[in-house]
Amino acid sequence: MFNVTNHIKSETAVEKNNPQTPFSVAKGTPQNNPFSIEKGTPQKPYFEKKELGEFNPFEARRVLNVCNICGYCNGFCDVFDAAQRRPALTTADLAHLAYLCHGCRNCLYACQYAPPHQFNINVPRTLTQMRQYSDALHVWPSALAGALRHSARTALLLTGGAIALLLGLIWLLAPNTNASGFYRVVSLPVMIVLAVIPLSWSLLALTRSWRSYWQLTRPQTAVVTWRSLRLALQDVVLLRNLRGGGHGCNDVDERFSHLRRRLHQGLLIGVGLCFAATLTALFYHHALGWSAPYPVVSIPVLLGTSGGIGIVLTTSGLLMLKWRGDLTPTTRSAQTADRTVLLVLMTVAVSGLALLIERETAAMAILLALHLGGVSALFALLPYSKLVHVGYRMMALVIEQMERQSAHHQSVLISE
Amino acid sequence: MNPAPLVIIGGGAAALCAAIAARQRGATVLLLEQAPRWQRGGNTRHSRNLRIAHDTITPLSLGTYSAAEFRADLDRATGTASNPALRQLLVDESATLTEWLAGAGVQLQPVTEGRVPPSRRTAFLRGGGTAMINALYARAAALGVMIRYDSAVTGLQFEDGRVIRVEVGRGAGAWSVTPQGVIVCSGGAQANRNWWRERWGAAAAGVVNRGIPHADGAVLNLLLQQGAQAVGDPTQAYLVAVDARSPADDGGIVTRIRCMPRGLVVDAHGQRRYDEGGDTASTRYARWGQRLLQFPGQVGYLLLDAQGLREAPPALVPPLRAPDLAVLAQQLKIPVPALRETVAAYNAAVQPPADAAQALDWHTVGLEPPKSRYALPLRERPFAAYPMRPGITFTYHGVGVDTQLRVLRRDGSSFENVWAAGMVMAPNIFSSGYVSGLALTISCVSGRLAGEQNSHL
Repeated sequence: MFNVTNHIKSETAVEKNNPQTPFSVAKGTPQNNPFSIEKGTPQKPYFEKKELGEFNPFEARRVLNVCNICGYCNGFCDVFDAAQRRPALTTADLAHLAYLCHGCRNCLYACQYAPPHQFNINVPRTLTQMRQYSDALHVWPSALAGALRHSARTALLLTGGAIALLLGLIWLLAPNTNASGFYRVVSLPVMIVLAVIPLSWSLLALTRSWRSYWQLTRPQTAVVTWRSLRLALQDVVLLRNLRGGGHGCNDVDERFSHLRRRLHQGLLIGVGLCFAATLTALFYHHALGWSAPYPVVSIPVLLGTSGGIGIVLTTSGLLMLKWRGDLTPTTRSAQTADRTVLLVLMTVAVSGLALLIERETAAMAILLALHLGGVSALFALLPYSKLVHVGYRMMALVIEQMERQSAHHQSVLISE
Repeated sequence: MNPAPLVIIGGGAAALCAAIAARQRGATVLLLEQAPRWQRGGNTRHSRNLRIAHDTITPLSLGTYSAAEFRADLDRATGTASNPALRQLLVDESATLTEWLAGAGVQLQPVTEGRVPPSRRTAFLRGGGTAMINALYARAAALGVMIRYDSAVTGLQFEDGRVIRVEVGRGAGAWSVTPQGVIVCSGGAQANRNWWRERWGAAAAGVVNRGIPHADGAVLNLLLQQGAQAVGDPTQAYLVAVDARSPADDGGIVTRIRCMPRGLVVDAHGQRRYDEGGDTASTRYARWGQRLLQFPGQVGYLLLDAQGLREAPPALVPPLRAPDLAVLAQQLKIPVPALRETVAAYNAAVQPPADAAQALDWHTVGLEPPKSRYALPLRERPFAAYPMRPGITFTYHGVGVDTQLRVLRRDGSSFENVWAAGMVMAPNIFSSGYVSGLALTISCVSGRLAGEQNSHL
């Protein structure tokens, strides 16, 4: 099990052992002075390559300190200017920078110090690890950090469990012959309970996690303004930090492409359409008294169908990119977490579309269990999967805009 | 049967510009890069900006920078050129360079983004030199340039003033090719320890190579052996002060030590040798690099107190720290009394200006050598030291070329099918000093010109 407190302890322990820094100077050299050069034998303690299964904040500090000296990559995204504003690179700074990084990977392929260079500078991977570390630190309740750590197992358990629960309910409860359509199999109150309970829990957990992150990373001097919120929203819509230098991300290797950025936004639109379909259906049911299932040419079905198709296409695309992609800029566990969420979303979308096609047949009950179980699990997974990034990343973007405004404000004051 | 290729020796900016320019004009091009793929690109990997003449305001640089001003800057900072016509050609051709590079897929960073140092004379590469190298390799490959990595040229066979054979590699993996022509873009000899030893003797052991380890000058030597004209100053190199704990090769930009004006620089005997406040501009890096070569053991120590350290920019390796000077001296293996005396004499000579808040105006009185600026006393504990060594960046030794970039022989005639571009011929244009962005401009301009000479192949 992943233990957050152990990580914090180990961090302080490292700091104690290395009062200033993790780098020491080689001693006992043949020359009279302690700084002789030996070709091909780098100073071990400093340039040591680490396989970072377990995250070490010192490594992130070392890497971004090199970036702060070099500065060549500042034209790719907001991370590098933000890092220069934070030369101390505290854990809070690193947590902010980790989410400001959208993982476009331009800086890895452009880095003269990227592995196998002995400096071993790999910013996207280091910040991916920092995100994983930060997520575990802020998860609520903290006992569930392991659930986040082992995202595939968690998703499998929750999705499988929810589907099994629904199948059990359908099997146990006799069909309600008075109701029509889906409600014949699962009554509306049961559906609502299966959605509302996980969703309420998740909203509570997300609020706690996101608030704890905000308290750690928010700037002490700058304030949230409408302007910073508006600009941050614009950054979300355009995924400005995923454009790299303008040619796009390094989706699978050193070539540039905008595909990942577009697929991500396509997925967002697909999920939005499905959510709109659900809201419209709720409105039909409660305000207008029209009961599901709705005809094929109706607003909920059209919205849900287009959203579902969108999700299937975009998740397939993203899964393909992840499958083909270079593992250097990321970690295996982050890759697994990404794939897990994509597969859950795909399950929900595919079962929803199948349900539409087969809703008049005997397969309906099983498909309904798959779909509702998937949705219920998706809600429960919000704080314990990759999906938690939504809030963290938005906060990082708001903080970046706040700082830029206050930096601009200060430069105006100075020039006056 | 395939036509004999134009062989380009090297894999940095000059080689790629030559390959692209020649291929665009229909030549069959084979590019031989000595480095493995991950380390391709020569010292262009470590570069960041290009010096360009521009008569109009562009998004890439502030204001305007005329060819005449560029020329005047070169004359002032690097003395006269051995080939003034070539210097003029470089300056003139630089005006069209950024557009040409953008056409080859290279991204430059507009100053309007507010993220690059405001510069009127140079344009900045987005993502630095390695990003540029990646873009140029991608373009060259798309155009059909044949690219071979791990391919060091080990021999050039000449016949009647023509190269008839290029030998690649050693031992079982050796192969050779008959070229139509050869463009040599193999850079200087700055990574070659033997070259240093021949010039500097024992001091060579105390020098760090800032760039890639492959720039051994082997092809430059092959040309000189075949009677090519030598240009430049074989005894000199461009040196910069770097952290003494840097790796032996390839540390690049981040190993520089920058805050000498804020502290004291002493040698292994604890003695000051120069005015640390004398040069506060970016020229100080090279000034200290040259000085360190003359220090005992080629090591100097930049001393800072706690206040100086707070104001110092981030550094690759943190300084050594000690609660007092005696402990610091022991760590540095400097005689304790000598270091104490140096710091005490300095502190006693410090003269505060009328406005004590102006750090720039603090200076010493009656101290030899003086410290003319930022002479704040070293008092606040803990004390810190950065050990420094000279870091070699490039050499000033190359082959003579004419304005078509054909390599010249000692009798003044030129080889029939050998051209040179980049740092291997840069000493025709300058052989002392440096101005920011010059090396990359020379490489790209000369590479492009040499490539264009080969359209008929």
